Amino acid sequence: MALFSKQNREALVNPLNLDNPIAVQVLGICSALAVTSQLKPAIVMGLSVTVITAFSNLIISLIRKTIPNRIRIIIQLVVVAALVTIVSNILKAYVYDVSVQLSVYVGLIITNCILMGRLEAYAMQNAPWPSFLDGIGNGLGYAIILVIVGFVRELLGFGTIFGLQIVPDSWLMDNGGLYLHNGMMTMPAMALILVACVIWAHRAYNKDIE
Amino acid sequence: MAKLNTNGNVYTVVYATVIVIIVAFLLAFVASALKDTQDANVAIDKKQQILSSLNIRGVEKSATDAKYAEVIKEAPIYKTGSTETLEGNGFDVANKEFKEKRPFYVAEVDGQTKYIVPMTGAGLWGGIWGYVALDDDCETVYGTYFSHESETAGLGARITEEWFQTSFNGKKLYAGDDRSAIALSVLKKGKGDKMAPENVVDAVTGATLTSNGVNEMIQKSLKDYQDILDTYKK
Repeated sequence: MALFSKQNREALVNPLNLDNPIAVQVLGICSALAVTSQLKPAIVMGLSVTVITAFSNLIISLIRKTIPNRIRIIIQLVVVAALVTIVSNILKAYVYDVSVQLSVYVGLIITNCILMGRLEAYAMQNAPWPSFLDGIGNGLGYAIILVIVGFVRELLGFGTIFGLQIVPDSWLMDNGGLYLHNGMMTMPAMALILVACVIWAHRAYNKDIE
Repeated sequence: MAKLNTNGNVYTVVYATVIVIIVAFLLAFVASALKDTQDANVAIDKKQQILSSLNIRGVEKSATDAKYAEVIKEAPIYKTGSTETLEGNGFDVANKEFKEKRPFYVAEVDGQTKYIVPMTGAGLWGGIWGYVALDDDCETVYGTYFSHESETAGLGARITEEWFQTSFNGKKLYAGDDRSAIALSVLKKGKGDKMAPENVVDAVTGATLTSNGVNEMIQKSLKDYQDILDTYKK
């Protein structure tokens, strides 16, 4: 079987658009709200989830035939929890400031519905390589939405992108201009509204999703 | 070979045990392999926080240790409730040990002696902490630093921003000669009109509860350190 057969390509690409975990399946919303007030933590979170979905899918798929059916959810959780702990340790060691910003949300990846959903729905039935691609696809599908929301929130809420100032100080009302940062954007509630806007645009574009 | 019955009780128990043991070893290995790097990061972060309270901000990670060693002269630990000192370096005292131990820092910036008092308290959603640097009269604020666990981004979390922290600079701890209480307060604009302006700092707009937490933390922590400050006072 070719490494990138049609089926494998679909496993990788579908979650980016037609089967997007956030926009279509509406999974993993909680962390999408919490970490998207700025772009940098959103990207680190997206990458962390991608790594964890990819490798948990791979590991579960490798051992799927040996897992006792009655404790399969527990085994899946143990694998996910181990991977999350490893990623969280690596973040603390190499990107300390971001890990402080993400705080509890890295640990909460364990409870991210995307992970358990993909393990149950895909990795338990499919071979390791397609499962790995499926994990990457779903992780990136999640990351894309986080980046979109993070971009809008950071730009409108703080006037910066990656911490670099975009909106000049002279526009601000404090300095006699006509512009005011939208403080609402820094609140999690606005992330929910932005996610809804993304879903709206996505469905308007893909009319066949019901 | 007969096909293994993966649903048997014995198999299930053995399987779960083996998986847990493998994972335990793996995690223990990763945690111990990365511990030194992580501890170094935490220590550097703490040093940067202490330097920030002396208005030395944005020190590069690699230069932090050298700068800290240059500026901080002493870090004694005082026993709570007495001015006896304990063995050890104040820097190594964790925030949760503050009940028994009171770390204190003596720094020298541009030839002038500064004293740093570490503080812990509670914000709206979680813990907050900070450092206040004082001039050698032990009552004029030289600089401050605040941080938090989980205050609201864009509101309470703004206590970590420089404009808020530097707004304490030059303020006085006490109201005139009254040393019975710490007068330095963080109050909503307008609420502190009756007090001397040198005792009042404006709260963060929209973050009243976090600002109240900062206010209480400052007043309580500095009151706790008053006896130590008095021994250093010039």
